[in-house]
Amino acid sequence: MTVLSRSADHLYWMARQVERAENTARILEVSNRMALLPSGGTQGGASGSEWHAVLQITGGAQGFHDRFSGTTAEAVTRYMTLDPENPSSIYSTVRAARENARAERVALTTEMWEALNSTWLEIDALTPARLASRGHRNFFDWIKERSHLFRGTAIATMLRDERYHFLRLGTFIERADNTARILDVKYHVLLPHGVEVGSAIDYMQWGALLRSVSAYRTYYHAYKEPIAPAHVADMLIFNDAFPRSLHGCVDDVLELLGFIGGPRGAEARRLAGELHARLHFGKTESVFKQGLHEFLTDFITDNNALSKEIQSAYLVAE
Amino acid sequence: MTIKATFDEMMGPGGAGEGGYAEGPVRDAYGAVRHWLDAMSQRQVSAKRKEAETLFRRMGITFLVYGTGESTERLIPFDIIPRVITADEWTMIENGCLQRVRAINAFLSDIYHDQEIIAAGRIPSADVYANPRYRPEMIGIDIPGNTYIHITGIDLVRTAEREFYVLEDNLRNPSGVSYMLENREVMMRLFPQLFADNSIAPVNDYPANLLRNLQAVAPPGISRPTVALLTPGIFNSAYFEHVFLADEMGIELVEGQDLFVLDDQVFMRTTHGPVRVDVIYRRIDDNYLDPLAFIPDSLLGVPGLLSAYRAGGVTLANAIGTGVADDKAMYIHVPEMIRFYLGEEPILANVRTHDLRHADECAYVLDHLGELVVKEVGGAGGYGMLVGPAASRDEIECYRARILDDPANFIAQPTLALSTCPTFVDAGIAPRHVDLRPFVLSGTTQTVVPGGLTRVALGEGSLVVNTSQGGGTKDTWVLRDGAGAP
Repeated sequence: MTVLSRSADHLYWMARQVERAENTARILEVSNRMALLPSGGTQGGASGSEWHAVLQITGGAQGFHDRFSGTTAEAVTRYMTLDPENPSSIYSTVRAARENARAERVALTTEMWEALNSTWLEIDALTPARLASRGHRNFFDWIKERSHLFRGTAIATMLRDERYHFLRLGTFIERADNTARILDVKYHVLLPHGVEVGSAIDYMQWGALLRSVSAYRTYYHAYKEPIAPAHVADMLIFNDAFPRSLHGCVDDVLELLGFIGGPRGAEARRLAGELHARLHFGKTESVFKQGLHEFLTDFITDNNALSKEIQSAYLVAE
Repeated sequence: MTIKATFDEMMGPGGAGEGGYAEGPVRDAYGAVRHWLDAMSQRQVSAKRKEAETLFRRMGITFLVYGTGESTERLIPFDIIPRVITADEWTMIENGCLQRVRAINAFLSDIYHDQEIIAAGRIPSADVYANPRYRPEMIGIDIPGNTYIHITGIDLVRTAEREFYVLEDNLRNPSGVSYMLENREVMMRLFPQLFADNSIAPVNDYPANLLRNLQAVAPPGISRPTVALLTPGIFNSAYFEHVFLADEMGIELVEGQDLFVLDDQVFMRTTHGPVRVDVIYRRIDDNYLDPLAFIPDSLLGVPGLLSAYRAGGVTLANAIGTGVADDKAMYIHVPEMIRFYLGEEPILANVRTHDLRHADECAYVLDHLGELVVKEVGGAGGYGMLVGPAASRDEIECYRARILDDPANFIAQPTLALSTCPTFVDAGIAPRHVDLRPFVLSGTTQTVVPGGLTRVALGEGSLVVNTSQGGGTKDTWVLRDGAGAP
């Protein structure tokens, strides 16, 4: 069964935006945790590299500095959560997802629509003051829950047709992008301070990072060893059993592109296959040799090229 | 002219009176409602009203309101007190609506083919040919099943126990049916016991009936027709309804940009290339359907659609050119259509209508503007009308100037004493004026969904029920035979 190109486009982006809102919450959460660590930037008037990192990896630095002077925890948090003028704030992302949903009500089950619509109504009614009194961590947890709910209703109620496949495709393309960006936080936070590798701080930063992708406990189950950078990188990049890893996401992307099929998707399938091979046959040692940041940057670029190809093959009406 | 006493649908001819709704006998139909209202505490009522609002908001049942700068998403106020129609009353309404739709469909077929009604001198030819909604492109075109008006919404008002009038026939893109369906959904969720205790005709087979009719009018030779709903898009005031209906029927919701015409067939652009569309339930007016044939700079339509339609490559519902029969000047002739095509007398009466093209009628209307309702012949949605008794002197003078400028653009009707129904307002329960829009589906069979959309004018004494003018809605019950008093 085929689906209207415009409709598939809405579903693809809606899923990406929901996933992005969740991941922005995760990125803010990891920064929050890192900022609480002894060398963190909120102490002693230091520059707050965690908060620079948030702006760097979400691509919001330019827009932020146009409007704010100091990169404080408050300013960045406000900018990335409820700021309606920041297109990558959680608020704007949820609004965009809901707009796509509104245009695509036909394709959504009632449960999906209600999950997303009530999230929107609630966040639209929030003020920075109310958010602060509720606690930022609670807010991030809530956003994650709402995203889980939306995805859960989709999985539990949607017909397994092409609409579903494009929706899921959006989820995994976005999640891969975001896992890569979250892992990159460590690079941005590390560099300016030059924290000694293997130090207690280093250890705690990797720990915070794991928590932000809901992998802290899972890590011990999978590796049965204290936190080590090589293992963390392995888990988030290569471990296909971990559903947020790059490998795990690209596995799903490849499978979904196979379901969708058709001659139009040949190039997208090729690009996804190439990306998949890199993760399927890659090794952590070579990543560290190449440089983690460089590896992640390449991945983000290629994942983005894949998304562009998916769009021109299927989603743009000609 | 004096307006006679208002008929209240719960209390009867005397209206709600001094004692309001708490005391005195109620009409049989409302026995259960009275009992239910008595049993609810103030607190329960406000809790339920709040819950209803939350449900509507969560389901996203909103309506875009134009004209106040930026268009805004608004909830249509919903009143939880149902409006009740007895089986007996419904039989009359149903038969009356079916009769009207049969006659109007015959009329449309006639004026685009043999034009017998004009030849017989029963309707002046100028009223047809000079009408801007008459479509010469449709002359001589045969359409599947000879069905022109697949979906009709007929606006009725009530003035007494057995007195219903037709205000207008909406033959182009009548909206509101989604509110009827969702109102029922919400009421059943809020008050399941009411439905268990009373025998109320269900309405939820409307989408299935509509889909069956749409499939039945596909171009000949197509075994499994693809049906799509064509919407102007997310900024249209009725967009929620378009989504709702497409969803309920499981058909594609398309915009003009999703469709293209090739060799007089219509295709939609999908992820795997073009897919043919056989039947289009279009919620776009004739003028915007095809930029090659109508308004050239419209982006809403599909270039070449008219040509494909005329060639029989696609079916449109409703047909092109039905607007000629739904303007307020043609309305005057509907009783004559019923007599001419069906050989019957109208079951539902027309409101006495002054046609301002006639000098004597125009003079009378200008003398009595303070008592009459004046409407534009092609108007809709309650925009641009004058309700004489409610208008200020200035408004009347302003309107007078508009009439003098182009009298043929207006009709006038006496101000009817619309019936009232008990309705929750800030001060408690008060009578508010209502109308009723039943929906008629035509295809292989003709059906009227039992009930329809009851619109209620929420302002005290207001007679304007249009949702675009702040009107609300109620769930409308048609009681099954024998039901009534508990």
